[in-house]
Amino acid sequence: MTYTTLSLTLIFVLIPLLLSKTLKLNLEKDTVIATIRSIIQLLAVGYVLKFVFDSEHIIYILLMITLMIGTATLNARKKGKAIKGITWKVAFTLIVIEVITQGILLGFHIVPATAQYIIPISGMLIGNSMVLSILFLNRFTAEIEASRDEMELILSLGGTPKQAIHTQLTNAIRASMIPTIESQKTIGLVQLPGMMSGQIIGGADPVQAVQFQLLIIFALLTTAAISSILIGFLSYPTLFNERMQIIKNSISQ
Amino acid sequence: MISLNEVAISFHNVCYEIDHLSILNNINGEFYKGKITTLVGPSGAGKSTLLKMCNGLLSPTTGDILIENKPVHFYEPTTLRKSVGIALQSAPIIRGTVFHNLSLPYTLQHKSLLESDAISFLEDVGLDHTFLQRQAEDLSGGQKQKVSIARSLLNRPKILLLDEITSALDPTSVYEIEQLILNINQKFGVTIIWITHNIEQAKRIGHYTWIMMEGQLLETGESKILSSSTNGKIQQFVSGVQQ
Repeated sequence: MTYTTLSLTLIFVLIPLLLSKTLKLNLEKDTVIATIRSIIQLLAVGYVLKFVFDSEHIIYILLMITLMIGTATLNARKKGKAIKGITWKVAFTLIVIEVITQGILLGFHIVPATAQYIIPISGMLIGNSMVLSILFLNRFTAEIEASRDEMELILSLGGTPKQAIHTQLTNAIRASMIPTIESQKTIGLVQLPGMMSGQIIGGADPVQAVQFQLLIIFALLTTAAISSILIGFLSYPTLFNERMQIIKNSISQ
Repeated sequence: MISLNEVAISFHNVCYEIDHLSILNNINGEFYKGKITTLVGPSGAGKSTLLKMCNGLLSPTTGDILIENKPVHFYEPTTLRKSVGIALQSAPIIRGTVFHNLSLPYTLQHKSLLESDAISFLEDVGLDHTFLQRQAEDLSGGQKQKVSIARSLLNRPKILLLDEITSALDPTSVYEIEQLILNINQKFGVTIIWITHNIEQAKRIGHYTWIMMEGQLLETGESKILSSSTNGKIQQFVSGVQQ
């Protein structure tokens, strides 16, 4: 695709701009900013990736993954500001996910140990983990705020913090995992996944594209489970002190 | 003169602050074993905060609380909370049947509650066995409160803290709960600390009373001080509540 052809796709940006203007949705500014940012960010990342792929140096691969984890952490932590040390908890979770998934993929030689595979797969898994962390933290704080009486009741009857928060924790873990599981049930029937579509458009064999997509889908299940469970179990102890009391303001958003 | 052995809970210069805002200011006093002490005072007086400190749900910013002559931090929080039970105004109910709610203290200790024991506790609070399998959320306010009290009793507490448990109930339910608490106090010798806004109830039920305002303990003594206090603030509060 040439840049001239690509510029024609801006028609897809003009349509929502016109609709927003006509219906006074007041989304024009955000749409323009989003468009400009996506052009700059993706072009920049395209050139960076080209450089990293060409050099094939481990340091550049690690730098790219660090950048992804750093950005995802900063984005996800906003939803759990009230939880003490949330930045490190999210960062640790993302690192664990990266180590486990890449450990399996590279350890069993499922994918070649090259930047071309490691970076895009890491991007998809870290990105998904970031969304899951945000979903989990949103639901977790809402669950706790809505059931403070129940938590206090359990503590007052001699329960431990883990017992007091068990229902809220499992509800939040389930709620954040369900979208991943549900979307996988209809995959291929309702929507063709982005990566698979991209490969097919790029001229790859559709069966080969499906195989890679399945790899990603299975890895996403692990990502979903580990992200929410790890963040949950790392976060809940910070809501209580050593006397098993709910720390005031620890759970307000 | 009351001996140390007769003191269930004592407060020594207890203060509590949140965000530099004083909630309790230099509280000193005792709750006596086997007696019913009522805490009265306007909203914001710090009564609920004081109650939660006795159960270890909150800790004083400064000062000491002794439970049976031992500092509150001497006890493991879970042990303390089993020994000092609390029933709240909102009577929080967990989703499920009355049996499920009654079993909660046992479930938390990884034990099972026998149905016969559950029925016995239900009967102690004036509810018959037919309530056992009813959904707790469908009960009336008074019935929920009785289940909440029965649930607190399952830990066999020596001290029972009651936070405005009758304030949202009809007169019949209020009477039933009062009789129930009197029975628990007399039959099991449980020390009762009861927050109430109802001055008549405090006079009717309490052996002793604490009158609190703006985080301070204004006066303590036998419940008759509610009628005989010479403190202008107390007289104003009592007459205001009774009007």
